[in-house]
Amino acid sequence: MLRTTSTLVVAGAACALASWLFASSQFFALQASLVGVAVILAVSLNLINGITGQFSIGHGGFMGVGAYVGVVTSSLLTQFQLLPGAPQVVSDQLVLLIALATGGLAAGTMGFLVGLPSLRLKGDYLAIVTLGFGEIIRVAIQNTKEIASDELKLVQAQGIGAELAYRVTHLGRATGLSQIPQLTSFGMVWFWVFVVVMVTRRILGSPHGRALLAIREDEVAAEAMGVDTTGYKVRAFAVASFFAGVAGALFAHFQAIITPAQFDFVKSTEIVVFIVAGGLGSTSGAVVSAMALTLLPEVMRSLFGGFNVEQIRKPLFGLLLVVIMLTRPQGLFGTHELWDLGKRKKRPA
Amino acid sequence: MPETLGTREVKPPLLGVSGVEVRYGAIQALRGVSLSVGQGDVVALIGANGAGKTSTLRAVSGMLKPTAGTVQLAGQDITGQPAHTLVGKGMAHAPEGRGIFPNLTVLENLELGAYLRSDKAGIAQDLERMYGFFPVLRERQAQLAGTLSGGEQQMLAISRALMSRPKLLLLDEPSLGLAPQVTQTIFRILREVNAQGVSILLVEQNAHLALGLAHWAYVLETGAIVMEGTGQALLASDDVRKAYLGE
Repeated sequence: MLRTTSTLVVAGAACALASWLFASSQFFALQASLVGVAVILAVSLNLINGITGQFSIGHGGFMGVGAYVGVVTSSLLTQFQLLPGAPQVVSDQLVLLIALATGGLAAGTMGFLVGLPSLRLKGDYLAIVTLGFGEIIRVAIQNTKEIASDELKLVQAQGIGAELAYRVTHLGRATGLSQIPQLTSFGMVWFWVFVVVMVTRRILGSPHGRALLAIREDEVAAEAMGVDTTGYKVRAFAVASFFAGVAGALFAHFQAIITPAQFDFVKSTEIVVFIVAGGLGSTSGAVVSAMALTLLPEVMRSLFGGFNVEQIRKPLFGLLLVVIMLTRPQGLFGTHELWDLGKRKKRPA
Repeated sequence: MPETLGTREVKPPLLGVSGVEVRYGAIQALRGVSLSVGQGDVVALIGANGAGKTSTLRAVSGMLKPTAGTVQLAGQDITGQPAHTLVGKGMAHAPEGRGIFPNLTVLENLELGAYLRSDKAGIAQDLERMYGFFPVLRERQAQLAGTLSGGEQQMLAISRALMSRPKLLLLDEPSLGLAPQVTQTIFRILREVNAQGVSILLVEQNAHLALGLAHWAYVLETGAIVMEGTGQALLASDDVRKAYLGE
């Protein structure tokens, strides 16, 4: 426990220092934040798809839940002085942390509720349910109302309960929410990258991790060993959804604009491509490939000048997936990890 | 009432199955199966393909929910309880087709067998016991289980089931697809395991082998028990010889 706390403190300090050092370069900060969010999404989805062996293609939906809940939270909280006398930066970061927590918890709860009935399903059926969930979230948000500033003023006068009710039902339809306070620094994003990687590693090193691997390998046999398979699948799903929600809330608070289209099926597929390319089951693979594939469009933009990369990104990802399946179906890392390289090779490949 | 051959030695009951029915949609796979396993017994279930042997085993181990009937383990009703809760009550199931974890090492497979146990010393002791039964598993302990031969995988599946220190071991077709010599080894070890106090409920197509090992055996036909008796008596029975021993 002490070791965990001290590593967290060191990582937090390092991230804060990096944020401060590179604060002058907006381009760098934005790219670093985008990459970090992609890594959190990939590592958390890998917990479901790679380690537990279930197939979810609704991670974008959970990210969306986190983003919207996080923004509603922060827009309510920024009106109040949470820490009287404290500098603005400190209270901003406190607001952000609360927004991340509520966004993550909302997504985690949603993951638990969706997982409870659907994780009794196997393979394709689970994929269909998660796909449907992502679409439901998107369509539900598109059918809320837009915020009208005069209406909002009236509601705000009625107290915080009324405003919460107003904001939850007014998520801005397809045009989304804008003017979100930019509270996220890329240091904060990478702090969460560190947390999700550490949590995944700790889970894997524990008996719980063994149980998850057993489910991936053979569900019937895992059940016969005394593993509560449904319980473990739901738990893994809830934990992964929590981190997807945190990633969404982080994303919203540096992007400043969120629309339902950002969390659609294409987003979910993108995350699946990350982990398939990296190697299902490998956390380091998820990290490396999420970084590389997020930066790829930027690299191409600088190589090909004004060429519109966004347009060819989707076909490029599709093509990439096909090439990987044909040439290296186990992905970049297979199930291996970077941190196992130094160790004596326990498993002959 | 099924025909009974020979007399059964009375032992304190461990497993009692009574009137169990199982349906797969419109198809009734088991039509009121009743059987019992006494403490220290080896009981075999023989029958043709599709007679309901595996369904019976799965209904006992909680992998299938019976539509009627009861299952009792050591006097406790366990009907329809989920499989993972029964491991702690002393039942271990080595499922059909071996069901080892192919991408984990042999040692990791065995450790997962002791998933519910926390007594490290006892686990280490049992690990040695398994390596004693099947020395080849010790040689291969760091190897991925998927790279083992069929026979070695079966040895691993049985050892893994035994790692939970069960009172009752359920085995589904341990001889399936194995060379006769390997099968001989496995059945020799099963006899030894039984001598150490583990009761065994065995489903087996190889009637000759199963009846040779079993204290008591049941013959299943289209979802119902048609005959029961001591292994030796069934081996000597004309009906059984014709139907299941190919004579």
